[in-house]
Amino acid sequence: MTKITPPEFITRSEEQLDKGYDPKVAQGLMQFLKPYAGHMIFALVLIVIVTAAAVSGPYFVKLAIDEGIAANDPLALRNIALAYLIVSIIQLGFNYWRVRIMARVGQHVLYDVRTAMFAHLQKLSLSFYNRYSVGRVITRVINDVGTLREFITWAVLAIVRNLLGIIGTLIAMIALNFQLSMLTFAVLPVMVWVTIAFRKAARQNYRKVRAAVSWGNSVLAENINGVRVVQAFSRQQHNYNTFSGYVNRYYLETSLDAVWVASLFTPVIDLLGALATALVVYVGGTAVLGESITAGVLIAFVLYIDRFFEPIRDLSRRFDTLQSTMAGGERILELLNTPVEVRDEANAAEMQPITGAVRFDNVSFHYSDDPVLVLDSIQLDVKPGETVALVGETGAGKTTIVKLLARFHDPTSGGVHIDGVDLRTVTQGSLRRQMGMVLQDPFLFNGTVKENILFGRLDAKDDEVIAAAKAVGAHDFIMNLKNGYETSVEEGGLTLSVGQRQLISFARALLANPRILILDEATSSVDTQTEHIIQSALAALLKGRTSFVIAHRLSTITNADKIVVIDGGRIIEQGKHADLLAAQGRYYELYKTGFQD
Amino acid sequence: MKNLIRSAAFLRPYAWQAFASLLMLLALTGLNLVVPRIIQAVVDDGLLRGDTAYLVRSALLLFGLGLVSALLGLGNRYASEWIAAHVSYDLRNRMYDHIQYLPFTYHDHAQSGQLISRCIEDVRAIEKFAGSSIPELARFALLTFGILGVMLSANLELAVISLLPMIPLILMTGWFGTKIGKLFFAVDQAVGEVSNRLQENVTGVQVVRAFAREEYETKRFESANMDVFRKWLHVIDEWAKIMPTTNWLITIGTILILYFGGQMVIAGELTVGAVAAFNAYLLMMAEPAQALTGLVNAGGEAAAGAQRVFEVLDAEPDIKSKKEARVLSALKGEVEFRHVSLKYQNENNHSLTDINVKVGQNKIVALIGPTGSGKTSLVNLIPRFYDVSDGAVLVDGRDVRDVELTSLRRQIGIVLQTSLLFSDTIRANIAYGRPDAAEEEIIAAAKAAQAHEFIEGFTKGYDTIVGERGVTLSGGQRQRVAIARALLTDPRILILDDSLSSVDTQTEKLIQAALDKLMEGRTTFVIAHRLSTVRRADLILVMDKGHIVESGTHDELLKAGGLYKEIHDLQLMQREEALTDIQPITGNKPTHENTLYAPRSNAG
Ligand SMILES: Nc1ncnc2c1ncn2[C@@H]1O[C@H](COP(=O)(O)OP(=O)(O)O)[C@@H](O)[C@H]1O
Ligand SMILES: Nc1ncnc2c1ncn2[C@@H]1O[C@H](COP(=O)(O)OP(=O)(O)O)[C@@H](O)[C@H]1O
Ligand SMILES: [Mg+2]
Repeated sequence: MTKITPPEFITRSEEQLDKGYDPKVAQGLMQFLKPYAGHMIFALVLIVIVTAAAVSGPYFVKLAIDEGIAANDPLALRNIALAYLIVSIIQLGFNYWRVRIMARVGQHVLYDVRTAMFAHLQKLSLSFYNRYSVGRVITRVINDVGTLREFITWAVLAIVRNLLGIIGTLIAMIALNFQLSMLTFAVLPVMVWVTIAFRKAARQNYRKVRAAVSWGNSVLAENINGVRVVQAFSRQQHNYNTFSGYVNRYYLETSLDAVWVASLFTPVIDLLGALATALVVYVGGTAVLGESITAGVLIAFVLYIDRFFEPIRDLSRRFDTLQSTMAGGERILELLNTPVEVRDEANAAEMQPITGAVRFDNVSFHYSDDPVLVLDSIQLDVKPGETVALVGETGAGKTTIVKLLARFHDPTSGGVHIDGVDLRTVTQGSLRRQMGMVLQDPFLFNGTVKENILFGRLDAKDDEVIAAAKAVGAHDFIMNLKNGYETSVEEGGLTLSVGQRQLISFARALLANPRILILDEATSSVDTQTEHIIQSALAALLKGRTSFVIAHRLSTITNADKIVVIDGGRIIEQGKHADLLAAQGRYYELYKTGFQD
Repeated sequence: MKNLIRSAAFLRPYAWQAFASLLMLLALTGLNLVVPRIIQAVVDDGLLRGDTAYLVRSALLLFGLGLVSALLGLGNRYASEWIAAHVSYDLRNRMYDHIQYLPFTYHDHAQSGQLISRCIEDVRAIEKFAGSSIPELARFALLTFGILGVMLSANLELAVISLLPMIPLILMTGWFGTKIGKLFFAVDQAVGEVSNRLQENVTGVQVVRAFAREEYETKRFESANMDVFRKWLHVIDEWAKIMPTTNWLITIGTILILYFGGQMVIAGELTVGAVAAFNAYLLMMAEPAQALTGLVNAGGEAAAGAQRVFEVLDAEPDIKSKKEARVLSALKGEVEFRHVSLKYQNENNHSLTDINVKVGQNKIVALIGPTGSGKTSLVNLIPRFYDVSDGAVLVDGRDVRDVELTSLRRQIGIVLQTSLLFSDTIRANIAYGRPDAAEEEIIAAAKAAQAHEFIEGFTKGYDTIVGERGVTLSGGQRQRVAIARALLTDPRILILDDSLSSVDTQTEKLIQAALDKLMEGRTTFVIAHRLSTVRRADLILVMDKGHIVESGTHDELLKAGGLYKEIHDLQLMQREEALTDIQPITGNKPTHENTLYAPRSNAG
């Protein structure tokens, strides 16, 4: 038993799962098997045929010996051998077929499950991602789903085959001798009890193992993504100690626990088999001596016991796989069942072409993990085509306002309206396709510069891409890159300077030709000269669109139609530049410090 | 195969356990052979002799043997799984540690999703193989040679005939072995690609949502996912070929025995019993034959995993301390760039060309220049995140390549341009560079970075857990935590790479004031776009296209009338517009430039 306690977010989901979740998990997973029911039934038929063919083998041998060899009949021998050959070829063909079908079904299911998970991830609201690290997502979609493969590909049919075998042997045993059968079955209740106990222990262990994998992956992923900070602060040794001493060790210890229980299970089953054999030998032997049964019956019976326990032993191994699969399955379903906070209502309409009137109607908001209000009774009216500047201290809530506008989150109370339509009544896609955002943290995808700009509008032409890049002053540096627009930027754009990344994501937003444009500190890492160029280009670009601009360099916002000053989640002032200055309030203070030294 | 042998080295620490597991397996196999004999003996002797005591003893013996074999089974399974778990523990540790030390250049071009999947999935493939391979292989060899020996000694001719199908079987297995490894490698690559897609999608989730590109992303994911599916089909095709065929070839052996053996019997050269016995032996071959396929399959999977693991482990961390590297004692903080050029890996152009600067102890250096001019590249050379292509970077007169890396980086505090935090408490994030720092020190650092106030504003204060990369903080808050993190290490050289870009002007002023104090007695490099920050520096470096185009103090540069003057004029213009805005309100005359731009000595 391990003494390591993983962080709360790792253990939390385990506890939730512990309440007899079984039938639901099985049901949930069945859903994914259903489309392949036909295939599976067919494979089942194949398995019956293959098994029959395999069983007929000894019969052919017997025939060959009795009819061919013993009868001194070379012709018969040849014919029997030939017949055997044909049967074996049929068996080969069907077996080939069966393996292909089941393995394919397994892969199909994995494909379906992963796609379903990814699609669900696309719907989950952003607050999900605040809590959920990359590593954990990857674990669920890759590793936990992986536990299904082995089970579907090999175990499902093996279980069926074993059950068939057990039932067959059972009937044969009872037919042979009822008393001895009952004697053998005397161990069954013990076995059932052992199995139940095992199931519980194993499931708990595998849950811990899955959680450990998840923990390990998230630590690993974070360390990889943050490797520059790790190195800048020379944290390698410390991190290594944590990883090997806690995270990885927890994985090791939970694995060993799981392995221990699993290793215990099969021998116990074996032992019960040996017990049954011993009982039969003793009792049956006595019976033979008492001449109530023949020695032949006893021998046959002992052989049957072996046949009876062989599939049970195999089942016990599969049962172990099943436990691990179920532990994985629980986690898959947990993700698939994670409620979507921001979702399209069933009757959500398409957002009509936006003219651009924006209204925040008494909007209050807090993020799900902290009850402190981040936005407090925001009241804001924006006319179509207006440029709104949001100013205020960092952490005042500016970004949060624009996030609500794009409906990344829904307000806790109040409503956000565009053209008089409450955002909660329209589909998110139709809304966001008409918006363009430059986020505070520029993010570029693995791909070429062009592809990254095209992300804004997939069907844009080359000259439009170039025009967008020129508008933000990015064209020159792009042309200086190794392959111009075809230069591939690495994941996250790491081979570009931060300002360059910002310019590309700016171009991306412009290319989208949005009805509402959101610029969240879009040029914070860009030099003043480039920024100035963008400014002059922007005036033309903003014409006719409603736009929200957040910036700290106040020179960029003086021309706004409306300046909104946010402080501690409230709007404390709004109006035009000159009016706000005249009021000598907070904006005036900000403005003054911005230009003083 | 080569990779498999290499990964066998990870088994070495567990040689004893592997040996024990092997012994137990052999004993177990032996026992399994004995039990039928006992049953036969019971029937033959006990029943015929009519001896009850003998029956009891046999029954007890049977149970005893069952017990022993259960224990052996337990021991063998646990031992092999124990070894496997430890091997994978070791491997994951190695991977984790190795990746931490790989240089920036490596990570610039590596795909993190692939890296993650190598650490997890591929290590697991090796693990699966590691524990059982040696005992299984030994068992296979023993069984095979045992059965072969018996068969060959019983009847050479029949043995040769019945073993004929073994030739294609061995050939097939060999061929399967060479092929399956490659196929699994393709599967692994595809799975790695899927985790890449995931990684990218999760990190870029805001952009995906902002542009309503969920469908597009799902399509891209599906195509990566489909690729995994396809690659698996190749594997499955091989499985479907080899697995049934193995069984079939054994059956063919039986048929051959029956046919040719039968003819021999008919010709009077052989007894029927011998044919039956031969057949029984051949059937015993079925198990090891299947085991071999399984082993080869697992070996192929492990080899593919090992290849991917070793690709990472073989990547040399080329930025590391030399063996004879000197450990730096307390630095004075002189920094010199001597004819430094930098060309990033895979790039055609130099990002820095012939940089020549000498910075004295405790000086403040400011870098300014257009986006992409090389400012970040320049400061990144001081903690040796990258190695220069030409020239040398010297700290206290020593080439950074000649000093012990940790002792260098420990004395440099850097606030990277992208302020990444970890999903941990704010306290732990600030203490990242000094996990043992006292609470007061942490708070002091937070105060200096103007972070204390907003942290206290959270319900859980310093215990607030921030999301991965710091996503639950606003941009400016993140930057301030990153500044506090750097300040806490009390560095001799402080580097601020555009660290206030997301901070509002008022907060910036406060941080400036705090930093003014903190910069005293340290060498500081500041990258900034706002002249208000830059102009106080002892030395201003104006960069353009990888060159230092101008350098000097504010006044000198203004006189020179170059790029700096242009930037200055632009900002001055903006400022003057601002002042004319304010002026009619305040009623003051536009203040004279000199009082606004007070020299640092006066301001400090
Ligand atoms: N995803 C999030 N989860 C929880 N809190 C958040 C999240 N994003 C921002 N906050 C908090 O909300 C407040 C406002 O943040 P933000 O809107 O980003 O400020 P800014 O005005 O700088 O754009 C801050 O205190 C920040 O810590
Ligand atoms: N890791 C890298 N690999 C390749 N090229 C890079 C890398 N980092 C920066 N560059 C290139 O080097 C040039 C200078 O970048 P940088 O030093 O970040 O500029 P800045 O002056 O904006 O800080 C840019 O053209 C950028 O594309
Ligand atoms: Mg913000």
